[in-house]
Amino acid sequence: MSIPADLKYTKSHEWVQVEADGTVSVGITDHAQDLLGDMVFVETPAVGRQLAQGEECAVVESVKAASDVYAPIAGEVVASNEEVESSPETINQDAYAAWMFKIKPANPADVNALMDAATYEALVASEAH
Amino acid sequence: MSELKRTPLNSNHRELNAKMVDFGGWDMPVNYGSQIEEHHTVRTDCGLFDVSHMLPLDIKGENVRSFLRKLVANNVDKLQVSGKALYSCMLNENGGVIDDLIIYFMDESWFRLVVNAGTAEKDLAWMQKCNDDWGMGLTLTPRRDLAMVAIQGPNARNVLNEAMPGADNITENLKPFNAAALGEMFIARTGYTGEDGFEVMVLAKSAPFFWKALMEAGGKPIGLGARDTLRLEAGMNLYGQDMDETTSPLESGLAWTVDMKTERDFVGRQALEASEITKQLVGLVLLDKGVLRSHQKVHTKHGEGEITSGTFSPTMQQSIALGRIPLGIAPGEEVEVEVRDKKLKAKVVKYPFVRNGKVLI
Repeated sequence: MSIPADLKYTKSHEWVQVEADGTVSVGITDHAQDLLGDMVFVETPAVGRQLAQGEECAVVESVKAASDVYAPIAGEVVASNEEVESSPETINQDAYAAWMFKIKPANPADVNALMDAATYEALVASEAH
Repeated sequence: MSELKRTPLNSNHRELNAKMVDFGGWDMPVNYGSQIEEHHTVRTDCGLFDVSHMLPLDIKGENVRSFLRKLVANNVDKLQVSGKALYSCMLNENGGVIDDLIIYFMDESWFRLVVNAGTAEKDLAWMQKCNDDWGMGLTLTPRRDLAMVAIQGPNARNVLNEAMPGADNITENLKPFNAAALGEMFIARTGYTGEDGFEVMVLAKSAPFFWKALMEAGGKPIGLGARDTLRLEAGMNLYGQDMDETTSPLESGLAWTVDMKTERDFVGRQALEASEITKQLVGLVLLDKGVLRSHQKVHTKHGEGEITSGTFSPTMQQSIALGRIPLGIAPGEEVEVEVRDKKLKAKVVKYPFVRNGKVLI
């Protein structure tokens, strides 16, 4: 299970990366894609949408099940990845390359409150039992 | 929580690094990697399924046929040649479906039934009660000493013949929906995928070796995930989703399995005859993007219905479903399905969707 050290994570299995321009990219973790299995449908939020932290804002569906994706932090959607919408299997191939949307944070410091890799790894381990 | 039940092939699945899940109290493989690849393997090559969680049940005695005439909704008098199989529902007095099962006629004093895993205990109790109440004096023997492997796909016959010396003598002459017993081994040309193939029962202790031989002959292991997408493409009902004790077989796409042509008195018949049929099971193909799932609401011009089974079809590359909707909606018509906060367009179609590797829609 891959959990890159330079990303931040949420309890609901999103990963978050702070980009050079201050926006943050959001996707689902390798663990999440492994649980869900083969992806067949992705719906990302519209650009311009204002998100509250924890708000349901995207959907990933595998052959098996549908799963909501939540906004890790508050902010405005500034980009959504059409490539993952048209090729959902890219999430299975590389979950950390397949970003789903980018947020301009309402408060950039919010990212610091998210889990680091070690904490997320412990969460995944605890959920396995 | 009680311990999960394990089939005789459990260690084979673990050696293959299968993703195991709790499937109705059984520790079963949901996939061994990619569920979609497994699906395509069955449509184009040969897949192996451990279906040992299902229960073979031998009914023996003097009047098995008359017992079954009354017990199940389809007519066992259709079974006149040894080895012939019949698909049927077993109904309760209200005409609801206790289970769907396959009945193999071996001889007048031996019929073999195969029932679903999740309903096995309930079925057995019900059959035993009927046996007692009707004074039939039959012996019902659950065969947990057997394992069952489904070998499915266009190359299934070659794989089975190669894995089991002497099998070709049987597979060569076995017509669809027929079985042959060879000692404790039982080979049936049946399945749940819409492809040609076999379901083979062997003694539990022989199963791990048999499984390995099938893999060496080119069969690929397939999990329950692909089993579900395959059966749905093939338009086959799943007990507990498409029908259960509260639904009529006549509103579940199973009228073809309920035989009311003769005067035969079977459990549930009176209730079915007194019932008014208002719903039908139809196939649905999603026209918009998304995935149909069970319990989603369907809106039609004649009122509401519900998706009973929905998935993404790997063969058709779009979402398909079975749904119970009001009568009077014909194939070709459009309906709307509530998916989260949206209403998506779907087309009503005749199913099966896929048979023998070909899309029929």
